[in-house]
Amino acid sequence: MRENIITDIRRAALLPRRTDAFVRRFLRTIEDAVLCAAPWLAAFFTFGVLLFLVGYILVNGIPYLQLSLFALKYNTKNASLLPALITTVFMVALSLFIAVPPGLFTAIYLVEYATRGNRLVQLVRMTTETLAGIPSIVYGLFGALFFVSWLGWGYSLLAGAFTLSIMILPLIIRTAEESLNSVPDTYREGAFGLGAGRVRTVFRVVLPAAAPGILAGVILAVGRIVGETAALIYTAGTVAQVPRTPLASGRTLAVHMYALSGEGLYTGQAYATAVVLLIVVIGINTLSAALVKRIEKG
Amino acid sequence: MEKFQLENIELWYDDFKVLHGINMDIVANEIIAFIGPSGCGKSTLLKCLNRLNDLVEGCKITGKFLLDGEDIYANQDVNLLRKRVGMVFQKPNPFPASIYDNIAFGPRTHGITSRLKLDNIVEKALRDAAIWDETKDRLKKSALSLSGGQQQRLCIARALAVEPEVLLMDEPSSALDPVSTAKIEELMAELKKKYTVVIATHNMQQATRISDKTAFFLLGELIEYGTTEQVFSMPKDQRCEDYITGRFG
Repeated sequence: MRENIITDIRRAALLPRRTDAFVRRFLRTIEDAVLCAAPWLAAFFTFGVLLFLVGYILVNGIPYLQLSLFALKYNTKNASLLPALITTVFMVALSLFIAVPPGLFTAIYLVEYATRGNRLVQLVRMTTETLAGIPSIVYGLFGALFFVSWLGWGYSLLAGAFTLSIMILPLIIRTAEESLNSVPDTYREGAFGLGAGRVRTVFRVVLPAAAPGILAGVILAVGRIVGETAALIYTAGTVAQVPRTPLASGRTLAVHMYALSGEGLYTGQAYATAVVLLIVVIGINTLSAALVKRIEKG
Repeated sequence: MEKFQLENIELWYDDFKVLHGINMDIVANEIIAFIGPSGCGKSTLLKCLNRLNDLVEGCKITGKFLLDGEDIYANQDVNLLRKRVGMVFQKPNPFPASIYDNIAFGPRTHGITSRLKLDNIVEKALRDAAIWDETKDRLKKSALSLSGGQQQRLCIARALAVEPEVLLMDEPSSALDPVSTAKIEELMAELKKKYTVVIATHNMQQATRISDKTAFFLLGELIEYGTTEQVFSMPKDQRCEDYITGRFG
């Protein structure tokens, strides 16, 4: 096949037969160049898109980053984002507080306690997989019907946090499960071999070893919470002040951005909010990377 | 005096029969070597002695394991059994924690919390495993920073820290270089004074160098069991002779 192509090329270029070797070398050079360039191009493209995106936001947002944006109280004049920033922190903390313990313990059960072929395990796996694929607006609708109306919590931080908890639960279970699974069995054998029981083995040996991976999953969850709008608009509402109680309504940064750009009056401030959101996300990632490093060092 | 008495041991993994009617006595303060080709059941039998096979799903065991005359599978506290019968594994498996915490894990498991006591236990265990000099200045450093041979001696120290009566070793030097292996063998000669040592090994020279008794397994059966000298110089069974002279395995 290859030889045929070489012959064809030589004939087409009206070259004598003895130049076959030359043609072959020429072809290989081109092949090498393409194969070498492809990953570079792909990487450059990916990086380029990201760079353009961030640059676009910065260019449009930074001019509007004024002190008035950080006023403690929002009004239609200053379009302050500080209440939304504080609400975001509350929302993240509350959602994690609700979702991480059950998620983590579910993963521990699945990996450390459940026996092979257990029906419940298959059920939980199927459920988490299904939950992970549902669009967030569906969670929003469920939250609105169940937490907001049926339980009568109204548009509130609590309703939003519970809705988000259900949304991030599959993510936390899956990542925790994976990191527990990646802890070598030799650790477990070592602990059992010293006379440690199941509980001690899990909490003193396996869990610390899996901590970086579990933390990475939690960070991903934080990312989803910070970036979520659809599930929050109908559950936590869009009040632009700092919520005084868990049952008060509040908007996170992402919702704030959505509202501002939707109203069309403060598009610049929406970009400025995006800049702050970007800084928050980068900050969280840097912090968690440092944390993971510290844990891994022991 | 017999430390362990094994009576008619049979073991299945699901439907696959791994051990066929094994009877043997293990005498205190001796080193017993289990030899035989891969898959002959020596590691499996070893893991029965501290009930680590309990963790394997589908594992079924019949027969009696008597430790000091008591059946270890009948109403015994498994954790207590594993304290009495310690184990060192094929691959060094220190926990991803400091050297100190690795050694202290066992004693802490069994209820020792006093800092002073733990310090003493850690030092003694590390000395007994001949690794104190290399680690005394970095007890707070991660155990994973040690070399493979050091990690294995650390694991031996970790096993010794709970003051076991029997030490099981599952090919403890198969992942190590000759120098580290020599160190571990030297160590075992010392350990014999205080502990009963059962070692599964692929390395027949190792068995002749260190063990008092040798048991030869083939396809889940105990083919020959006697003093190491007898087994290696005049084996009674033809299959054993074939194996130790290198005709198969």
